Amino acid sequence: MSNLVAKIQEHYSDHVISTKEFRDEHTVVIRKEAIKAVMQYCRDHLDLQMLLDICSIDHESIDPRFEMVYELSTIDDSQHIRIKTPVAEDEEVDSVSDIWATADWHEREVYDMMGIKFTDHPNMKRILMWEGYPYYPLRKEFPLAGKPTDMPDVAFTGVAPMEGGPFVTSSSATSTVAAEPRAKGES
Amino acid sequence: MVSSVPENSENTANSDFVYDSKVEGNIIFTQVDAAINWMRKNSLWPMPMGLACCAIELMATASARFDISRFGAEVMRFSPRQADVMIVSGTVTYKMALAVKRVWDQMPEPKWCIAMGACASSGGMYRSYATLQGIDRLIPVDVYISGCPPRPEALIEGLLRLQRKIDTESSTRELKAEPAEEVVKGLGI
Ligand code: SF4
Repeated sequence: MSNLVAKIQEHYSDHVISTKEFRDEHTVVIRKEAIKAVMQYCRDHLDLQMLLDICSIDHESIDPRFEMVYELSTIDDSQHIRIKTPVAEDEEVDSVSDIWATADWHEREVYDMMGIKFTDHPNMKRILMWEGYPYYPLRKEFPLAGKPTDMPDVAFTGVAPMEGGPFVTSSSATSTVAAEPRAKGES
Repeated sequence: MVSSVPENSENTANSDFVYDSKVEGNIIFTQVDAAINWMRKNSLWPMPMGLACCAIELMATASARFDISRFGAEVMRFSPRQADVMIVSGTVTYKMALAVKRVWDQMPEPKWCIAMGACASSGGMYRSYATLQGIDRLIPVDVYISGCPPRPEALIEGLLRLQRKIDTESSTRELKAEPAEEVVKGLGI
């Protein structure tokens, strides 16, 4: 177990749900309540001063449904750690944009695509889709082709034709052959 | 001009007012339509609507190596009010779509539109919730150029096709008529 993970576990033993190591990549899953404290600790005491990325995962059928993923590293890129936290569908996550300014836009993207809101975010607005768009397009139940929407004189979206593509994997298929990427005709 | 005329030339000193038989003696008979079309097609002022990677090829077309000015279309203006052909080069997202339409509406008649590349023509590889599936769903397109991105030669070919199209228009009649209703594919996707 890496030094960093051990330190986090030591300090936040109540909040660490699990840790995982896979090919030298270290992941710590912590409870949502502690996310901000842990991030602050990582930056101030573990030298993990760079926030590389924030993303989110939609597990659809698993409860809690969403998961936030934060990638941290040292400035010289010698150490790397991934921090995850499960988020239920109606929950908000504490914004870390006051720890790293770069989190501002990452969190807005998560909100735009996945619909997870952040508490105390300075500007919780959509970043890619237009303001007023009613869906969260990267959620699992959202069709790839899109849905028709219209806000007169502001913006609109339509449904893209899907014949002959794109190629989609079937994650629920039983055999690897059936799971291969195929054109589905309609998503 | 006056100062450059040598003393011993066949023009007199006051050459500004001399009848220049070399130029003015040749009278050309033509149709008004042909004359107007000839003037229009040889000085198309493009409105560059660069939205993605295709815009790089558009810039290349305008630069020295390919030099779109050989075809009279070098005056790229970022003001739609001074442009008469909109070159939509790139992916039109829904977020940008109405802005493109608005710029188009600001261009004075007569105006033409070139959809440059797969994205502008049909949405290209972006079969998704975020991309307009072809700019012809919003504004009428005269020339589609295939390619991802099209080479500058392809854009020049498109421009020449547009010039040929302009050549066939009945411009005089259209000068008097009300601007025709724009025909677009509409959003019945
Ligand atoms: S057609 Fe290809 S090169 Fe042009 S904007 Fe689309 S993706 Fe980019």
